[in-house]
Amino acid sequence: MTDNTDNLHVMNRAALTKRLVGKLTKREAVIGGIGNSNWDLWASGKDRGENFYMLGSMGLAAPIAFGVAIAQPNRRVFALEGDGSLLMQLGCLSTIAAQKPKNLTIIIWDNGIYQITGSQGTPSASAGTDMVAIARASGLASAAWAADEAEFDALVGKALTTDGPHVIGVKIDREPGRDQTDRDPIRFRETFSRAMAQAV
Amino acid sequence: MTSATDAPPTTWHAILRQALKDNDVRLVTYVPDNVLRPLIDGIHADPFFTAFPCAREEEAVGIVTGASMAGMRGIVMMQTSGFATLPNVLASLPVAFQVPVLMVVSERGTMGEFNPGQAIVCRTMRPILDSMGIEHHTMTRLDEAAFMADRTIRQAFATRWPACLIISPLLSGARK
Ligand SMILES: Cc1ncc(C[n+]2csc(CCOP(=O)(O)OP(=O)(O)O)c2C)c(N)n1
Ligand SMILES: [Mg+2]
Repeated sequence: MTDNTDNLHVMNRAALTKRLVGKLTKREAVIGGIGNSNWDLWASGKDRGENFYMLGSMGLAAPIAFGVAIAQPNRRVFALEGDGSLLMQLGCLSTIAAQKPKNLTIIIWDNGIYQITGSQGTPSASAGTDMVAIARASGLASAAWAADEAEFDALVGKALTTDGPHVIGVKIDREPGRDQTDRDPIRFRETFSRAMAQAV
Repeated sequence: MTSATDAPPTTWHAILRQALKDNDVRLVTYVPDNVLRPLIDGIHADPFFTAFPCAREEEAVGIVTGASMAGMRGIVMMQTSGFATLPNVLASLPVAFQVPVLMVVSERGTMGEFNPGQAIVCRTMRPILDSMGIEHHTMTRLDEAAFMADRTIRQAFATRWPACLIISPLLSGARK
């Protein structure tokens, strides 16, 4: 659990997404963010019904996940969000902090760029904005950077066993997502809703 | 649920609140608006509802979409100007995924508006709704309010499509 960005090991989104999903044993919901966050989630196991893949709603992975968490307080819910996406919707951190959903965790994939649109730098990277510090200042006390894979494992373990809301920040490399999702929103919604109807 | 001994609600906001309860719409996310104040206050005072303000209308739609997919019905409440921030989110999320997200918009920018910005943005609302095939009804009369609210909400869930109720100043008696 690291509370600044000085010594963060740069990790890989695809590998960590696999690592996260591998730890989920209680039908936890995972909401992918636009583009790469979705694509690596898809690549980690497209048969997992508890995964939800959005289309173009940049910045809404955390709000969608929050909605799922409200509807199902006994199910743990993860949002996977890119740094550029979160930057677009920072206000949701305060909204979530105000309601304190115990079962919600937001994972921030911070590559410092809008990778999928051509790897342009984000204003937050240029400015040295610390996304985890923003989450904490928004009222999300359990917010930390994962300095390496071992810390990532520990923070996910904490998210799976203690009350949230939790935020896990991860510095990642510039690799694009591994595998594109199908574009089949009705099927995705039906699959996800059916999975959410299964008891935890 | 209204019991036989309860008098039917007589204000637009009590009617709307009752229609939400009758249709098991429990989650209410909103960005505040003065006209909606009695509706929002009544909802907060009623333990049937889970209600809270959001920083932005887009997240409010995201939250209700997520909840709806996980089995809890919800509605987003906002002002005309807030609605105007929503086209991309509506198109890419509740419309594309066919999730029945309900909306209530209090209509500003018409019938004596003093703010030119509000008047202009108001004209974008119905074209945006129409372009996505989102059913909308403008509530102007108290005697039609219960029927219009209940049937619009029912149809949204039956057809799995977002729907929008627009609260006209004719109903709310809002600005002079
Ligand atoms: C509202 C909106 N603005 C812009 C876009 C275009 N767009 C799609 S993905 C993206 C970048 C996402 O960046 P980030 O969340 O950091 O993910 P990364 O691509 O770096 O993995 C942008 C700008 C969009 N889809 N929606
Ligand atoms: Mg990025």
